Amino acid sequence: MSAPNAAGWRPSLGQAERAENTTSSGDYGLILEEGLSFELGAADKCGVDIDYADRSPIEGLARFLRSEAPALPGLTEPEVVRHYTRLSRQNYAIDLGPFPLGSCTMKHNPRLNEKMARLPGFADVHPMQPQTTVQGALEVIEQLADWLMKLTGMASVAMSPKAGAHGELCGLLCIRAALDARGETRDVVLVPESAHGTNPATAAFAGFKVETIPATPAGRVDVEALKAKLAPNVAGVMITNPNTCGLFEPDMREIADAVHAAGGYVYCDGANFNAIVGKVRPGDLGVDAMHINLHKTFSTPHGGGGPGAGPVVLSEALAPFAPLPFVTRGADGSLRLVEEENAGEGHAQAFGRMVAFHGQMGMFTRALTYILSHGADGLRQVAEDAVLNANYVLRACDDLLPAPFAASGPCMHEALFSDAGLAEGFTTLDIAKGLIDEGFHPMTVYFPLVVKGAMLVEPTETESKAGLDRFITSLRSLAERAKAGDESLHSAPHFAPRRRLDETLAARKPVLVWRGDAAAAGTPSRSEVGGR
Amino acid sequence: MRYLPLTPADRAAMLETIGARSVDDLFVDVPAAARLTAPIDGLPAHASEMAVERHMTALAAKNISAGSVPFFLGAGAYRHHVPASVDHLIQRGEFLTAYTPYQPEIAQGTLQVLFEFQTQVARLFGTDIANASMYDGSTACWEAILMAARVTRKGRAILSGGLHPHYAEVVRTMAKFTRDDIVSLSPELVAEPDDNEVIASIDDQTSCVVVQYPDVLGRIPDLAAIAEAAHAKGALLIAVVTEPVALGLIEAPGALGADIVVGEGQSLGVGLQFGGPYLGLFGCREKFVRQMPGRLCGQTVDAEGKRGFVLTLSTREQHIRREKATSNICTNSGLCALAFSVHLTLLGGEGLAQLAVVNHAKAQATFERLARIPGVRVLNTAYFNEATVVLPRDAREVVRALADRQVLGGVSLGRLFPVADGLHKGLLVAATETTTDEDIEAFATALEAVLAGGNA
Repeated sequence: MSAPNAAGWRPSLGQAERAENTTSSGDYGLILEEGLSFELGAADKCGVDIDYADRSPIEGLARFLRSEAPALPGLTEPEVVRHYTRLSRQNYAIDLGPFPLGSCTMKHNPRLNEKMARLPGFADVHPMQPQTTVQGALEVIEQLADWLMKLTGMASVAMSPKAGAHGELCGLLCIRAALDARGETRDVVLVPESAHGTNPATAAFAGFKVETIPATPAGRVDVEALKAKLAPNVAGVMITNPNTCGLFEPDMREIADAVHAAGGYVYCDGANFNAIVGKVRPGDLGVDAMHINLHKTFSTPHGGGGPGAGPVVLSEALAPFAPLPFVTRGADGSLRLVEEENAGEGHAQAFGRMVAFHGQMGMFTRALTYILSHGADGLRQVAEDAVLNANYVLRACDDLLPAPFAASGPCMHEALFSDAGLAEGFTTLDIAKGLIDEGFHPMTVYFPLVVKGAMLVEPTETESKAGLDRFITSLRSLAERAKAGDESLHSAPHFAPRRRLDETLAARKPVLVWRGDAAAAGTPSRSEVGGR
Repeated sequence: MRYLPLTPADRAAMLETIGARSVDDLFVDVPAAARLTAPIDGLPAHASEMAVERHMTALAAKNISAGSVPFFLGAGAYRHHVPASVDHLIQRGEFLTAYTPYQPEIAQGTLQVLFEFQTQVARLFGTDIANASMYDGSTACWEAILMAARVTRKGRAILSGGLHPHYAEVVRTMAKFTRDDIVSLSPELVAEPDDNEVIASIDDQTSCVVVQYPDVLGRIPDLAAIAEAAHAKGALLIAVVTEPVALGLIEAPGALGADIVVGEGQSLGVGLQFGGPYLGLFGCREKFVRQMPGRLCGQTVDAEGKRGFVLTLSTREQHIRREKATSNICTNSGLCALAFSVHLTLLGGEGLAQLAVVNHAKAQATFERLARIPGVRVLNTAYFNEATVVLPRDAREVVRALADRQVLGGVSLGRLFPVADGLHKGLLVAATETTTDEDIEAFATALEAVLAGGNA
């Protein structure tokens, strides 16, 4: 490859090693640097053999033609495979070790799911094919929908939302549509202060005003405060259960009953459904709408930031308003899509359409494969093991790290700690960056906001006891170092592909695309950028 | 169970550490009345890998896959050849099983890919900058309209009749709730796009005009003229590209004056997959950066001065700004962005241009052959790889009859526009580099037979 290290960067090693051992390549054994594709590629390179076309464009196209090809360098296949493989080695991943990001649910991604999604009958099917030619695809949607309804005890499910936040939007728009149908204007949604940021953002996106409900000292929704805010202008509540502190909301039914009595609806953020799947049905708790992150509970891969999938289960009250399309089975046994042209058949009140086609089919095939593999008994075990693993971490560390809600009993699938009690100047960030040096992905940090210096650890059920013991040993050792004021933690990580990155610089002078030498010239020298 | 590593002995030892008698003690916060004591009725128990594979394979076999028959569907989703290395690379565990790169020191692989992706999208679209992806083209389109309203502080969007009807439906659905004013122009079965109607609709209240390029009927609007008219009234031009391969042959929307360019990236690297997951593309002028939705990756340096990448400008985003965020988007389409980026890196600009020429040539061969069928005419004066064919009767019936003959012969405008008048004889036909001469002949022969009434 051509001069990947032209910019002169070097990988991170311990400071002593760096001082004494430098290499001429900039690589250090298996620690490999990699330039940008724009620096490696060339305009006359191509990794695809393309047919020759012996035609000139039609006359009508002449005035639209571009004068030169897009300024995108190409690479041949061996160079492309090497470029991305080298880049991949700079990533941590669940395949490499525990990835205990609280509320993100990084569990093992079974490879059977990948294999099934790639069957040509699923992967190579167009969304607008005649419906007689896609009966198997519609059956996947039907079967997954059936599982989701039965697991949640809900009446219906809207399958098309593309991710969790999109599902939240779907649920809130169902509530808007239901209120419109009742002829009521209610413009306030109550959101607990511990909620994930998407909740208030979604409520605002759907045209609601957000009012915040405080938490109790035990980390739960303050039911009395919530009841005090119920009024004729309240459309509903958005409650995460299990909540973002990793705790079950024991008063969920009481909350739902009060909200319903006041004429509102209950939206449940189902991001943490993996803790209770097979153990509790949200429908039994009075929930009207809940999205399910298939990429969390049902293990479709996160892919470095998506794609996700966020089907929304709905109560009888909201089901009529769900967006198109829907899959239904006709009297003759064949499956059909209900779209705009035939919405009159049972979906006349549908609030509209949220996506171009039918949702995340590729995620549906993976999730259904995962669900069938586990079965009803296995999914129950998933929840039990996820909760067991989290409580094990909680009790193995709560003598060293304050666990603000541990006194109130067991947690669900997440163990929550705070950085209170560390030496002066030491915070959650130091523990998190220290975990990187220990070979782990850090837990979720500084979330939920209701706990100062929050550390939210979600081991998931696919971590072995031995793996957890290793993680616990590292976490305890870091807590002890931070309590003792070990200054070296401030400069961690020392052994990652990069040291702490200057996020302030990135935001102050945004460089969002490669502009060749112009961007390189603007890069500050080392002396201008100190460590934190 | 093959995915659960804890042994019974592990569980017992862990419960002892916790100080609980049984795992049920850990669910003590769940009210007893709501606690399920056994697996849910009516659902099967766990199954072996072999059994699940058998079940899923049987479902897949009930579908006709695009590659197994002559295939001419487009309408916002296109069947292109994806090089084998693309699918191999996106299945590397370090990409597949990573999360959103919140810890940049150990996510430089994903972050550098996003930076390269943003650069590729910006150069393809002819915009200054691009974001790290949206859910799909339709949701990117709606987010662009919201952004235009923030930038212009006006709230009236004009949708060209050539905008994909599903995109328009997504926009109208969302606008119903946000109370944005949407003017939807009606699609018509005519040879030229509705540039003049779009221009005539722009007034001082207009925040943006939304124009698909090429449009849903395969026609190509004159973006430069529309941009000029929009800018004269203080409105933005949002160009929507549902077939990015076209930009190998026709001018980039940004170069023609589009202020925001959004699109569907599925054509490059991402398969048809019955409609998802796909890949929303979003590019715009640099001066709008703080009004952009979605994740952005930016270049910076680490504590030793080495180049590195981070997610940046997150003060626009939900996890910081909460109800004041520019969008509620969190998870996007990271892995599809990787697939797009790998495919485009394999092609390079010259390769993309050549691929576009081949697509156009296959479409030319297709439409020349179809035009020889009595009663069939090609509507468009200009097209890239997709155009509208006008049939002597309702295209919906024809599509079904073709499917009975094992030919997937396009998308009927009657299905795309169920409520619009006068479109039902239109058939939208797309060809790509995957189309063979044999496919074209099989399609034409079947269409001749169907139109001759020989629908046996």
